[in-house]
Amino acid sequence: MIRDITLGQYYPGDSWVHKLDPRTKIIGTFVYLIALFLVKDFWGFLIAVTGILMVVAISRVPLSFILKGLKPVFIIILFTFFINMFMTKGEVLIGWKFLVITKEGLYNAFFMGIRLVLLIIGSSILTLATKPIKLTDGIESLLGPLKKIGVPAHELAMMMTIALRFIPTLLEETDKIMKAQMARGADFESGNIFKRAKSLIPLLIPLFISAFRIAQDLAMAMEARCYSGGENRTRMTAMTYEKRDILATLGLIAFVATILLERILI
Amino acid sequence: MSIQVRDLTHIYSEGLPYESVALKDVSFSIEDGEFVGVIGHTGSGKSTMIQHLNGLLKPRSGSITIGDVDITKGNVLMRDIRRRIGLVFQYPEYQLFEETVHRDVAFGPTNLGLTKEEVDQRVIEAINLVGLDYDEIGERSPFELSGGQKRRVAIAGVIAMKPEVLILDEPTAGLDPKAHKDVLEMIKKIHETQKNITILVSHNMNDIAKLVDKVLVMEKGRIAMEGTPRQVFSQAQKLKKMGLALPQASDMMNKLRNRGFDIKEGILTNDEAFVELVRILKPDIKG
Amino acid sequence: MDNIIEIDNLIFEYKRDEDREVIRAVDQVSLNIERGSFVAIIGRNGSGKSTLAKNINALLLPTFGEVNVDGFNTRDESALWKIRQTAGMVFQNPDNQLVSSIVEDDVAFGPENLGIEPKEIRKRVDESLKAVGMYEERMKAPHLLSGGQKQRIAIAGVVAMKPKCIILDEPTAMLDPKGRDEVMAIIKKLHKEGITILLITHFMDEAARADRVIIMDKGCIVMDGQPKQVFARADEIRKLSLDVPLPVELAERLRQEGIAVPPEIITAEEMVEFICQYK
Repeated sequence: MIRDITLGQYYPGDSWVHKLDPRTKIIGTFVYLIALFLVKDFWGFLIAVTGILMVVAISRVPLSFILKGLKPVFIIILFTFFINMFMTKGEVLIGWKFLVITKEGLYNAFFMGIRLVLLIIGSSILTLATKPIKLTDGIESLLGPLKKIGVPAHELAMMMTIALRFIPTLLEETDKIMKAQMARGADFESGNIFKRAKSLIPLLIPLFISAFRIAQDLAMAMEARCYSGGENRTRMTAMTYEKRDILATLGLIAFVATILLERILI
Repeated sequence: MSIQVRDLTHIYSEGLPYESVALKDVSFSIEDGEFVGVIGHTGSGKSTMIQHLNGLLKPRSGSITIGDVDITKGNVLMRDIRRRIGLVFQYPEYQLFEETVHRDVAFGPTNLGLTKEEVDQRVIEAINLVGLDYDEIGERSPFELSGGQKRRVAIAGVIAMKPEVLILDEPTAGLDPKAHKDVLEMIKKIHETQKNITILVSHNMNDIAKLVDKVLVMEKGRIAMEGTPRQVFSQAQKLKKMGLALPQASDMMNKLRNRGFDIKEGILTNDEAFVELVRILKPDIKG
Repeated sequence: MDNIIEIDNLIFEYKRDEDREVIRAVDQVSLNIERGSFVAIIGRNGSGKSTLAKNINALLLPTFGEVNVDGFNTRDESALWKIRQTAGMVFQNPDNQLVSSIVEDDVAFGPENLGIEPKEIRKRVDESLKAVGMYEERMKAPHLLSGGQKQRIAIAGVVAMKPKCIILDEPTAMLDPKGRDEVMAIIKKLHKEGITILLITHFMDEAARADRVIIMDKGCIVMDGQPKQVFARADEIRKLSLDVPLPVELAERLRQEGIAVPPEIITAEEMVEFICQYK
């Protein structure tokens, strides 16, 4: 199941999308996500779906791979779907006691569902077609101007890099600790909420200690490799705006314009 | 009490595109009181196999009979299995969490539902059995101890459950020579005093040769070889093909054999190697 | 003699908070490491070998005494980065040294810290990965690799900084035999290319491959010489709770039987050769 989480995973490639400056992609993703909430009807969603599918196609990441990433959140999508379907007031279509499906409910459920799916695909494409280090470089650069008001842009980006790097490691560690404690008779599954919370102590304490140990070792290794903060650091692949970034930004503007026009005119 | 494993098969992520066969038709038996060594390179299925023995993993097919209970049957309680099968993972000191050594070692027996008196007694016994001084460390925080001591405390935590079978996965990994020797001695002593089945998974062929009655060699999820240490380590070519080494003494004797010397088969220990060398270098004395 | 590292009467002490008792981890160590040599430092846990290593690249500073790397004193704050670039370090835990989620980005971390220009970083990353045999894996995520592979990437990350000396602190302690062989092969290769190697280990067979073996105990150097000289002193080694290589033990016992095994025999191959010649 853990391997099914495509959000945060990188799919190597050298498509146009891969080569775009990360800042273009981050801003593009944000704009897309906001645009998703400006869309209110079928035509709007058609534009949104077309837009993202075009990006997926250019990125050459298999759609099947991306859709696999929807599996873990499938329940949430289904849940949202049903909540909207049954809880929206309006023109009743079918009803049985208090379970009422309205026309508005059906519309809302359908569109909210699509919105969620597109949200996930949109975010996934960002992480699938952008190396983690470039993602954090991009965030660091975008937050750069905020350094003047005290935002530690570089440190935040470095924290993100390290977090991304160690999430799989810590997940594995959790698994190992759980198994070791279960072998000593620990029971993580039964009992009421209080009992279950208490049973987590043999899991959480070793995990925290592991995390601290990793942090200590890592800090030493980073210092040994001459890390001294963000000043004067270069990058192997420097971020530069190329022609394709300009084209992509124009495409993005065109996309937003289309969405807005659609809302106003239709 | 014996262990019978028949046609054990385990597939990871079955049905998904990246499914992989971890164990295929693994069958073997272990007699009461036997000391078994499991060797095989990383990825051969050793860890997967031992996790089936204490019920942490369920097989796709096959059976595991411990004593007279088939633990793969649905109605068997996990808690009962873990009572009987103790499993010490690699780097077990990473599982320590309590405020004092006593309380950490007490975790296992407490989970078994024993009375406080029984638990306390088991804790003291277990700590002594692993060669530590209860009076000295019982009330100290486990995190203050040295690496070797921490490891022994972690092992004590499993022994305190008085399992009928003790499985140890690379118990000497990462230890310096002295700690390595001490832990090995400790395992030998525990096996001899408790007289239970002990299963040792290790990369260290010298350790295996020294301690075990029977060796199981795993490769690609199957049992590739089975026999006494002498039998298994005599098959140098086969082991080499699997990427496995020999105990140092056997390896040196094998080198000499390849140079044309008539070396006795099945030499495992440094002492045996010495005797054999004397035999071939001073034939006039030994005659 | 051109020394890349000069340690003069180094004493390192620290306090363990609760006891407030001062512990002397390194006790009056004086040591010169010749440029281009391969030196192994062996000792039990607690012998001070790791502490000594960390004093060389200024991760720790001496309580008393001086440590000089390529002419720079470790107490000199302005020389800190020069020292750490000159004396790179690889640690014991393969996982906890890798910063990035993609192999090649992690190898680039060191050069990026040094402010090297991008094209040069790319070149160095590719060269270093090829040197350790991990070029094909450059786009992979480290957590999917074996311990030996991870350790090789850690070495590549240090090599990419073009150090004159590499200190390896028990690099194989957490690896399986295959991983250990992979790493030792790379170390040998790097040494051949002229990099000074300082290998901290407790494995005798690894130390046997060095030009010089130093044994530490309780913070002091107790033995220092060529492997052949040091390993021949089997009794002393045993008293230090260290392992004596099998060939040395056999040689010792054979000598007691009247078979004149020369003291230079310390590896299995040498023993086999000797026996062939004896007959």
